Amino acid sequence: MNRRELLAAFLGVPFALAACRTGESARFPEGEIVGASDRLGHLIRDGLRPEPAADAWERAGVVIVGGGVAGLAAAWRFLKAGFEDFVLLELEPAPGGTARAGEAHGVVPYPWGAHYLPAPLKENRALVRLLDEMGVLEGADAEGEPVVAEQFVCRDPEERIYYRGRWYEGLYLRAGESAEDARQLQVFNAEVDRWAGWRDAKGRRAFAIPVANSSDDAETTALDRVSMTEWMDARGFTSTRLRWLVDYACRDDYGLRSEQASAWAGLFYFASRMRRPGAESQPLITWPEGNGHLVKYLYDRSRERVRLGLAVADIRPREFQKGSGATDDESRGVRANVGSAGIGGGFGGLDGHGGVEVVAVTYDERSAVGIRADQVVFAAPQFLTKYLLKPYREGALPAHVAEFEYGAWMVANLFLEERPRQAVGFPLAWDNVLYESPSLGYVVATHQRGLERGPTVFTYYYPLTDADPRAARTRLLSTDWKGWADVALSDLERAHPDIRAITTRLDVMRWGHAMIRPRTGFLWGGARQKARRPFGPVHFAHTDLSGVALFEEAFDHGLRAAEEVLTARGLKFESLR
Amino acid sequence: MNRTPILFLNVLVIATCGLVYELLAGTLASYVLGDSVTQFSVIIGIYLSALGAGAWLSRFLDRELARRFVDVELGVAVLGGASAPLLFLSFAHLSFFHVVLYGVVFLIGVLVGLEIPLLMRILKDHLDFKELVARVLAFDYAGALIASLLFPIFLVPKLGLVRTSLLFGILNAAVGLWATWLMRPLIGGSVTRLRAQGCVVVALLLVAFVKADAITSLAEDGMFADDIVYSKTTAYQRIVITRNRAGFQLFLNGNLQFSSADEYRYHEALVHPVMMLSGEGGRVVRRVLVLGGGDGLALREILKYPSVESVTLVDLDPGMTQLSHRFPPLARLNRDSFDDPRVRVVNQDAMIWLETDAPPFDAAIVDFPDPNTFALGKLYTTRFYKMLKQRLAPGAAVSVQSTSPLFARNSYWCIVRTLEAAGFQVRPYYTAVPSFGVWGFALARREPFDIPARAPSVELKFLNDQSLAAMFTLSADLGPVPVEINRLDNQSLVRYYEAEWKRYE
Repeated sequence: MNRRELLAAFLGVPFALAACRTGESARFPEGEIVGASDRLGHLIRDGLRPEPAADAWERAGVVIVGGGVAGLAAAWRFLKAGFEDFVLLELEPAPGGTARAGEAHGVVPYPWGAHYLPAPLKENRALVRLLDEMGVLEGADAEGEPVVAEQFVCRDPEERIYYRGRWYEGLYLRAGESAEDARQLQVFNAEVDRWAGWRDAKGRRAFAIPVANSSDDAETTALDRVSMTEWMDARGFTSTRLRWLVDYACRDDYGLRSEQASAWAGLFYFASRMRRPGAESQPLITWPEGNGHLVKYLYDRSRERVRLGLAVADIRPREFQKGSGATDDESRGVRANVGSAGIGGGFGGLDGHGGVEVVAVTYDERSAVGIRADQVVFAAPQFLTKYLLKPYREGALPAHVAEFEYGAWMVANLFLEERPRQAVGFPLAWDNVLYESPSLGYVVATHQRGLERGPTVFTYYYPLTDADPRAARTRLLSTDWKGWADVALSDLERAHPDIRAITTRLDVMRWGHAMIRPRTGFLWGGARQKARRPFGPVHFAHTDLSGVALFEEAFDHGLRAAEEVLTARGLKFESLR
Repeated sequence: MNRTPILFLNVLVIATCGLVYELLAGTLASYVLGDSVTQFSVIIGIYLSALGAGAWLSRFLDRELARRFVDVELGVAVLGGASAPLLFLSFAHLSFFHVVLYGVVFLIGVLVGLEIPLLMRILKDHLDFKELVARVLAFDYAGALIASLLFPIFLVPKLGLVRTSLLFGILNAAVGLWATWLMRPLIGGSVTRLRAQGCVVVALLLVAFVKADAITSLAEDGMFADDIVYSKTTAYQRIVITRNRAGFQLFLNGNLQFSSADEYRYHEALVHPVMMLSGEGGRVVRRVLVLGGGDGLALREILKYPSVESVTLVDLDPGMTQLSHRFPPLARLNRDSFDDPRVRVVNQDAMIWLETDAPPFDAAIVDFPDPNTFALGKLYTTRFYKMLKQRLAPGAAVSVQSTSPLFARNSYWCIVRTLEAAGFQVRPYYTAVPSFGVWGFALARREPFDIPARAPSVELKFLNDQSLAAMFTLSADLGPVPVEINRLDNQSLVRYYEAEWKRYE
């Protein structure tokens, strides 16, 4: 693929023609592809399952598989309950999953993925408690809603948008808006307001965070059966700029186009972050390094029990090793029901006969370790169950696993020696979006630190929205560093002509399975409801079980799974959820 | 040789140039140093005596007079042409500016003083002595008249000092170059080298002339009412100092920060109420914090208090604090405050500095430019004031420059209400600063307080008991208006400010 084909593929044909006409001798900074260890992951996928030596076996009460937000949240929950007999295994050399941050080369730390958290509503008790513990909150307001300390709320100006040579404030393109555009926006906002105020017979919101607290009433779940675009069409929302805003929202939060995302997910984005109809969206909490700040806090709490650079290759519930016929889906269902009833697990976890064996490979593939435990918190995406969970691998794979689809993302961090020359219009904001780009633009790491001049780091996000997620992953991984650097620089060059001259370094992260895709029919189609039930001693915890990739969801599932385990172990505790 | 009449034209040009350099030096010295009577008087004296010295020195030149004449012309062209830019630069960077000024004037005078005697000697073989003296001196004085009329009417207003200087340098060099043709028969040997030298000088001055247009000050001459005596772009801002009859003015990014004529009203109002309040009830004000205030003028007022043991001044721009320290007129105005051993300068963003640890301060002065950007707006937020509050000792007061309550009433009250929201008791006050207009401040303390009743017993030009009391009596058109609180996440103040000052632009 030559340069023109590459840019055409990722940025569009007209743009590629323009870019190649003007910048044939494009300049490149230094940089590399970092992280997301697809090599070791793919070895395990393809059958790397070493058996630990006899003296390489250890014993732990619980193994947490995965050191992303869900796994770290489970660890935090265990420690809150005074339960310390666990170990957390993480494939990557750093914790955090897609919420991780980087700090090499930058004047401030910077995100590699998730970079903000909307202030939780008071109903999200556990998250409020975490933020309070971290000193992010300053008490509560008159309605009992948590108040976020000013320094943690995203500073103004929050967003700006670039359109045809000029930057404008905000995400919705006001400039050149027609009366009809304005009317449709008003009607759309009224619709969002209606959903923000909607309550079912049990008093539940239509769109709550965490999703587990949302209503499952037929009126709301019906929204999952149409795409966001169909929903817009049905209501006569034809305004180009309104449709762009909605499409941007879907790409931003889900890595999907509005025609791929379900209307439930689309409306969730807008309505779940509002306290009440007509209220502003909840303020965003952020740090220079994004949610890496939350990750670091959680990791610091459980650091002694976290083993990084250890890839789990095999999870073997002991019950299945004894009986050869007990691997069909039906028997799993029965046992799982027993497990979730809280009797201590259908596999008799504590009596020494059940339990589970976890085998992990060191990052260098040189050695394997085994851990015998009573329970596992599987805080990794569902698609990994078919490789890591022995019974699934050997024929008992439930149908719902295939329903989980993941989007591919490219994230680039650009290290700038100074700020781009000010273009016409609104000044640099936190989130800077290009209207006519398939990328999501960039966030500025120094914004929340209050450094308005000098070196900075731009984090550039590019979701691959191909209909077939495997095709997206192939495109993601077959494009090398130079290709991705060219896409990012060429894209930003239209708004910042000097970007190549001031970028001293550009690192690229290729996230093959960045986000669960809440495409039409997935959220309320039953798969995620089935997937969250324990499988014997294995308890599942991951944001994909909510169908949307959010810190709040990962955190909630980590807590839920941890509390399931505490129950299974017969420990007394008061639920934080 | 019938070229003689043309040579008299040379005399005219030479004489015009000579006087222009003198006028340039006198004007420039008046601009940057003030006191124009003294400056002009001294410059004229030095220049005339240098002319005499040049004339006297001409007797030591015996051979190749025509060649020497061309050399002198090119020398005047270089030195005179570069004089204005050279003097501006040395004024900005050297503390011994006077030496350079008088040295340059003297050297130009000596060279110009050589010109006429040399020319007369070259022409003496072609004319009667009577005729020669009459014509040369007539053209010489006519040139002086032309220069003295052109200079104020056309040159300074249209070209400015720098380009005038360069233009006349080019004329001088042109005369020298032309002379290599006119006097060709009188110059022995090859003239190629002379002509090459002449061309180089003309080219250099031309380049400087064109560049001067592109570079800074000339473009700004239109923006500023008065002459620019210093300008510099630092990493953070554009600093410009202008001078007029009343004194000089400091501009940051085109916004007036003070005028030396009336800044005492502003700085006495900013500093003394907070010093009095902080020292109330027998408390001793030892440690003072200044945020912003890189001009050192608030420092000057603070250092009048013998109880003050240390002042920490936090200003983002080292370019600004160094200028205030080293730039003679500024250093004079702030009374060399930056040389005072009690003063410690920290060049850092004030908000980031507030995160670092330091013992509590007994008083604080907040003197930032008006909130016309988000970067400045953050220094007026509840978060900023809360951080500041944590740095204060019990009883310590703060004063905040708060823009004009008349021109930007919402902005002014936004600052007052934001201070209150951060947990301060606040008293708004204002005074008239002619260069700015009606100017507002806020006096704040954690603990409730009464307005200080008595002016302090330090040297003051503006404040006395009556003017102190009057500052805290707000007229009806400055009274409170309902406003939002300025927070990092809404930057309400920048939006108020922009809306309000737009009306005056």
